[in-house]
Amino acid sequence: MNRIFMLTAAFAALTLPAAAQEAGEVVMIDRGGWFEDPSRLTQSGGQQVYEAICAACHMPDGEGAVGAGDYPALADNENLMTADYPIYLILQGQKAMPPLGGVLDDTQVADVVNYIRTSFGNDYAEDPATPDSVAAAR
Amino acid sequence: MTFNSQGVSRRSLLSMIGAVAGAGAMYGAMSTMGLAQTSNFAGRLDLQGDAQGTRVLVLGAGLAGMTAAYELRAAGYQVTVLEYREKAGGRCWTLRGGDSYTELGGDTQDVTFAEGNYLNPGPWRIPSDHYAVLDYCKRFGVKLEPFIQVNYNAYLHNSDAFDGQPQRFKEISTDFRGHVAELLAKVVDQQALDADVTEGDAQLLMDALKRYGALNDDMAYVTGEESSAYRGWAVPEGGGTTGKPEPSEVHPLSVILQSNLWRNLTAGDNLHMQSTIFQPVGGMDQIAQAFEREVGDLITFDAKVTRIRHEGDSVTATWVPSGGGDEQTETADYCICTIPFSILGQIDHDFSGRMSGIIDSMYYASSFKCGLEFKRRFWEQDEHIYGGISYTNLPISLISYPSTDYFSDGPGVLLAAYSWGAGSYQFNALPPADRIEAVLDYGSQIHPQYRDEFLSGVSVGWHKVPWVLGCYGIWADREADYMDATVMDGRTLMAGEHISYLPAWMEGAILSALDAVERLHATVTEA
Repeated sequence: MNRIFMLTAAFAALTLPAAAQEAGEVVMIDRGGWFEDPSRLTQSGGQQVYEAICAACHMPDGEGAVGAGDYPALADNENLMTADYPIYLILQGQKAMPPLGGVLDDTQVADVVNYIRTSFGNDYAEDPATPDSVAAAR
Repeated sequence: MTFNSQGVSRRSLLSMIGAVAGAGAMYGAMSTMGLAQTSNFAGRLDLQGDAQGTRVLVLGAGLAGMTAAYELRAAGYQVTVLEYREKAGGRCWTLRGGDSYTELGGDTQDVTFAEGNYLNPGPWRIPSDHYAVLDYCKRFGVKLEPFIQVNYNAYLHNSDAFDGQPQRFKEISTDFRGHVAELLAKVVDQQALDADVTEGDAQLLMDALKRYGALNDDMAYVTGEESSAYRGWAVPEGGGTTGKPEPSEVHPLSVILQSNLWRNLTAGDNLHMQSTIFQPVGGMDQIAQAFEREVGDLITFDAKVTRIRHEGDSVTATWVPSGGGDEQTETADYCICTIPFSILGQIDHDFSGRMSGIIDSMYYASSFKCGLEFKRRFWEQDEHIYGGISYTNLPISLISYPSTDYFSDGPGVLLAAYSWGAGSYQFNALPPADRIEAVLDYGSQIHPQYRDEFLSGVSVGWHKVPWVLGCYGIWADREADYMDATVMDGRTLMAGEHISYLPAWMEGAILSALDAVERLHATVTEA
């Protein structure tokens, strides 16, 4: 979810007439830029790409999920120390993680790798992924 | 002549037919005699030989697991089944009013559909060549009804064509065929196909094209009685003083081509979609429930397998109650493992390096379905669409109309989205309420009644389904890996839709289980 939008929407909700709030108005995700191409994702920016695809399984705050099998948490995840590992997993997939190189381009992969490496309690800003490093890993 | 009147064997009769009349006639005869079939279902198992009380542990109570359990018990085995969920059936699953579904992440959807309405999140059609599924339905008394795949009055829609207005399938289909037939007729007429078509055949081909393409006597596809008899009339045929019809305008070939609507014309021609196909009355899980009635007493539910170990001549699965609790173990002489590889790869197991590599390299497709309930059947009442499927380039991909309860006044449920790939990934990433909104937005472009008539909806993004983590297994290298995945590894055989050339189909799951059971039985009785 676009956090700026969320904040804006939350602020707007505060100023709405009481009746509207009591009706339980649900704040919807801004789908602008979503679903624009049937064969690939069209969002740009690491957070936007994360929210449009990764968040489904790794969850909006990177906490992962547990069912009969797990989706690993990305929060506080030492496997993100180097960019190469998430780049490889995103492109090639592994176990329940599907390969996503076909629906994301090099820039989107680099952006989302840099996003998860610097979010959810991770602080791995050094040696960021670049479109070139993603291209080289394909 | 009657078969075997002179003691001719079926095989020798077939060679005679083949020699005299060619392969086509032989195939026809084979089909008549029931030998040439499109599924490799070889009929019901008849396992001879003593099972000697051999214990078999079946992991997973989907259709593959329950097929294995049913057949093994019938052959004298001691069978135990462990299932993660609280009920049987796996992806053979139906959501109906009163059901509650919690996906990964914790979002819960309470289904409020009216009595009789449902969504099949997984399999929803049974092809007529899926003999194993059909046979079990017959054996277990699951009532089937026709599933309408092709409806000439449903729509083809492309947001970039015809100003975004949906077009009736019959119009696009007839126009495409007509123009193609006319073009080919011109080529034949110019004798440009002499190398491929003999003079005698050329005349037959012209006759065929005229009929196939609804061409006029000049071999042209034009607005007129011939084309309107297939694509529909501007003023329909009627009775009395206003009975005379008026032909509808055909679309030019270029318009049809550039509309891209031809892309979905052949959906119903696929082998597994060809009429007649079926659905169980009341939802796909009627099949799951029928199997559960047979083998439910063998199943331990809410059992999450955490470890699989082979020691000597036995195999042991460790499991914990899905809701938490103490570890327990189940030991057997053999195991048939139907746990999806997306889950199995995360279980602590001791399969061979080769098998582990195959398990870890199989990923699961993204898929998304959404069912919407509406106050009335506006597609029938306003648009005369009775069952069948409309296709669109929008992210919802299609709208499928119910194949049952036509003309009822009560609320009806549409399969309002069925997406794969990039679109499905994004639907999976949206919270349930946002998905419904998106599906309403898109569907309204085809049926403007959506917003006014909407009651409720439920959706399933398969990557968020806790017990499978995806829709169906996709091989990294099927050519190289498939046969190795079927090999008994330690004391375990794999089964499920992923161990078949009918991935995602219930038939594939059942056939893989039957094959595993036969091979397990051969191992036991030939030992």
